[in-house]
Amino acid sequence: MSKPKLALYWAASCGGCEVAVLDVAEKILDVAGFFDIVFWPCAMDFKYKDVEAMADGSIDLCLFNGAIRNSENESMAHLLRRKAKVLVAFGSCAMDGCIPGLANLTTRKEIFESSYQQTPSTLNPEGTRPRPVVAATEGELDIPELYESVQTLVQVVPVDYFIPGCPPQPPQILAVMSAIMQGAALPPAGSVIGAGEKTCCEECGRPRKEKHLKHFYRVWEAEPNREECLLDQGVICMGPATRSGCGALCVKANMPCRGCYGAAPNVIDQGAKMVSAISSVIDLQDPAEIDAVLDQIADPVGTFYRFSVPNSMLHRKQPSA
Amino acid sequence: MNTNSNKFEPRIIGFLCNWCSYTGADLAGTSRMKSAPNLRIIRLMCSGRVDPSFVLRAFQLGADGILVLGCHPGDCHYQEGNFKALRRALLLKRILRGFGVDERRLRLDWVSAAEGEKFAKVVNEFTEEVRALGPLHLETYMHPQSQGEEPETLEVAA
Repeated sequence: MSKPKLALYWAASCGGCEVAVLDVAEKILDVAGFFDIVFWPCAMDFKYKDVEAMADGSIDLCLFNGAIRNSENESMAHLLRRKAKVLVAFGSCAMDGCIPGLANLTTRKEIFESSYQQTPSTLNPEGTRPRPVVAATEGELDIPELYESVQTLVQVVPVDYFIPGCPPQPPQILAVMSAIMQGAALPPAGSVIGAGEKTCCEECGRPRKEKHLKHFYRVWEAEPNREECLLDQGVICMGPATRSGCGALCVKANMPCRGCYGAAPNVIDQGAKMVSAISSVIDLQDPAEIDAVLDQIADPVGTFYRFSVPNSMLHRKQPSA
Repeated sequence: MNTNSNKFEPRIIGFLCNWCSYTGADLAGTSRMKSAPNLRIIRLMCSGRVDPSFVLRAFQLGADGILVLGCHPGDCHYQEGNFKALRRALLLKRILRGFGVDERRLRLDWVSAAEGEKFAKVVNEFTEEVRALGPLHLETYMHPQSQGEEPETLEVAA
């Protein structure tokens, strides 16, 4: 019997998900032994045409990390969807948009202005901008086109499963891989796997109490103690709005949860959930006083939606009228 | 119905608390006061029940404005649900601003059971304010096909 075929791909991502896969350490040898790895551009030399030559549905499992930000990402998403039996949105970028998704709070034009004009080290008197197609003496050259908005994988193609995290934690990756290798029954399509079914708070372990806050601190302003709930101490912690599964790693390092495991189960919009949570803990009733406290939350959109702007209900910043 | 095709009729969703504002709206009706027909009312037990995701979902599904009405401060049937609504609205307005949605599209106000007149006034005022802001077209960004186009193409002709 031939080995099941595995593909891994990265679209708009940092490479951290690839490192997380390798972070399963020597168990990667079991993975490599069990699967026939047919495509993994980060680690092995495969070409896109190799994938194109495969029969549709011939890849058993594809772990797709990275968001969809340009025409290359999108065409690879369509290609791998066609070739793979099971397509997994692997990691926060593919699932929620993650850090690349913060680009949805600006426009392509502003990004080009900043990158190709305004940075102090840039010299570009002719105002050259990237163009998808350029005529050169050797013929027509093309590069992928950057899109106006970052999309999650499922906004582009149907996805079977989601593995959250920035990056997904190696023990969780291993648990998923082991289950597959032992022939465990697949969960219902559309499930989030490799994660918990509660909020990050459940894994944190710090005792929580009734909150009456009148001040918020940024992490550099005050060092919180290691015993009490960080939110109780006025540090914006995304735990209440975030899915469990990471083991509350950040909190154990005395840093607030940033929300990389995405919206908690049954939460549609992570940031909205956080608006609700923060509004509940402020112990003030006067609008001016409330506003003064809210002023202490620098960049509420970037904080509450740090990993989920493209997967949020508003999806992106609207163009100014 | 919209008889003048040039006149934009905003779609407004109202979240009204059962104890004060919904009764106030009822009073406006039984008193035969006229108010703009643009408001679609959803009755909730308390303005504190308005989850921020209700507001965002309504915008996502095509609302041009959201009106949240609750009991006056100190009058909440559940002691302080309306203060929770106040804090949420103030924070949510900041979120809307961050997403480039005019924060005036969300309005929180207090209407007691005796204030039929105020209800009609708030609805009329808000309808005109949202009408002046124009339609909110969020759904255009839901589809990947629309990406990569110049923003001009996403605007709707007046």
